[in-house]
Amino acid sequence: MKIFFFIFFFIFFQFNAANSLIKVDITRGNLDPLPIAVSPLHVDPNSQSLKDLKIKGLGDKISEIIENNFKGTGLFNPLPKDAFVQNPDIAHLKPRFEDWRLIKAQALVTGKILVKDDKLKIEFRLWDLTASKEIMALAFTTTPSNWRRVAHIISDKIYERLTGEDGYFDTRIIYVSETGPKNRRVKKLGIMDQDGANTKYLTLGNELVLTPRFNPTNQLVTYLSYFRNLPRVYLLDIETGVQEVVGNFPGMTFAPRFSPDGKKIIMSFAKDGNSDIYTMDIETRVVERITEHSSIDTSPSYSPDGKYICFNSDRSGVQQIYVMKSDGTNVKRITFGSGLYGTPVWSPRGDLIAFTKVRKGRFYIGVMRADGSGERLLTENFYQEAPSWSPNGRVLVFYRETKSGANGEGFSAKLWSIDITGYNERKLSTETDASDPSWSSLLSK
Amino acid sequence: MNFNKNLKNTALILFATLALSACAAKKTSNKDLNGDVYTGKDTVEYLASGVPDRVFFATNKTNLTTAARETLRKQATYLRKNKSLNVTLEGHADERGTREYNLAIGERRANSAKDYLMTYGISGKRLSVISYGKERPVNPDSTPLGWSQNRRSVTVKAN
Repeated sequence: MKIFFFIFFFIFFQFNAANSLIKVDITRGNLDPLPIAVSPLHVDPNSQSLKDLKIKGLGDKISEIIENNFKGTGLFNPLPKDAFVQNPDIAHLKPRFEDWRLIKAQALVTGKILVKDDKLKIEFRLWDLTASKEIMALAFTTTPSNWRRVAHIISDKIYERLTGEDGYFDTRIIYVSETGPKNRRVKKLGIMDQDGANTKYLTLGNELVLTPRFNPTNQLVTYLSYFRNLPRVYLLDIETGVQEVVGNFPGMTFAPRFSPDGKKIIMSFAKDGNSDIYTMDIETRVVERITEHSSIDTSPSYSPDGKYICFNSDRSGVQQIYVMKSDGTNVKRITFGSGLYGTPVWSPRGDLIAFTKVRKGRFYIGVMRADGSGERLLTENFYQEAPSWSPNGRVLVFYRETKSGANGEGFSAKLWSIDITGYNERKLSTETDASDPSWSSLLSK
Repeated sequence: MNFNKNLKNTALILFATLALSACAAKKTSNKDLNGDVYTGKDTVEYLASGVPDRVFFATNKTNLTTAARETLRKQATYLRKNKSLNVTLEGHADERGTREYNLAIGERRANSAKDYLMTYGISGKRLSVISYGKERPVNPDSTPLGWSQNRRSVTVKAN
């Protein structure tokens, strides 16, 4: 994969951090999304056209990406453009606040684009229409091919300004792309922007691949591959394409995940009918055994401070979720509700653990506190599992499969996302069927 | 006359419908299930005449049923007679579990079969194990019967 070359500068304008009147509360399910007008970005007439990028319409495209991002949060209600009352260039200089308020907008985004000397310069402003003032202004300079990322970064900045939390738009999702009949699925690693754009495939589909996971600190991915019919955990650098098997285990390794500092891989190693949890230091290659129990121990996930590990074990007789110190001591069961619990994943904020629950033949995605209290089931379906957190810990992405008939007809696997409030469930658009999603960290952090 | 002919046709159609529904009923009946363990022969293949290649498991279970042990004893006898033959035990799960746990449970099922073959004198060197979890269903049907056919360990010739 080509190296993502990207530079941007934050600049000046009068950055007025004083309290504005508009503020979006994202801690509860938001039934009253903020009406926001995203004006098409004005294209500077001095812009030079580029071979592979049409400058005409670029301002509209960027504003559409921002609108789409905002709509997806459920927190904002982007207003239809045909009601807009001012030309983009004039609005960007000074909006007529009372006119925008007339169409019930509470916030306004304006911007300007200039392409010159193979550089794309974008500036944008965020206006509080209730208080009649500018509350944010930034400018970026980058290579023109990065224009989609700029749209995502602008979205993140506005989201951060209005909610007080980090955004999650300038991110990617790695997943398993699925094609072919249910009993002979062809699976490849796929990667796309969080909004479904820029899909690329990282493997050819010659061997079965499962459960890719992003390193939270860099461009490495760990996943399970059946290369040469030996199921092993692999490490893949998505920039260079270099991949290697992790460790030298005489049996199946699976369920890999990175430690929060990105330096270790934690995974299960299965031998003689028993699965235990191990770590391997990526640099020193030192392998450490973390659990030693005759039960199945799998699906490990670190707390964001690296001090604890939650994991899945059937040592009680059925699948339940446990938490232990990262050295394997102090093992405590945290799930006691009726049903089975699997796939625990610690939130990047540290406050919650997301999980899959199976009860009476139905599958639930839920969250609970790290001590197992406060369980909340967010969504119920025929089959769904494997939640992965957005980097700000506000949204979960997971996959859902449908029931099929005797010949596999009706079967599908799709990615879905839901807010941890339980609101705003959405299907993600993918080119093929998809499963096992993993959300990256913010790319520009 | 005409009326009579119509009646006859109706009777025929009725009969046909009954026969069809009986067929359908047979297909979806769970007479091939003991508890939720598959006991039928629909998906079974044979290593040799009279030597079935697979054993079935209950939901979330990895222990061998009486029928599974009987099948594995036949496989052991066959393997003792064919000393140069090596096999791979392929462990599988149904689609009603989480993917990672299913990989572990498939590995455990295949090892249950391997351990039993070893107690009947087959060297562990001739027996390799692989788990496919829920990735290779033999029956794609989302029904208890389909799932029971997928919870299996299959003995496959490796050379």
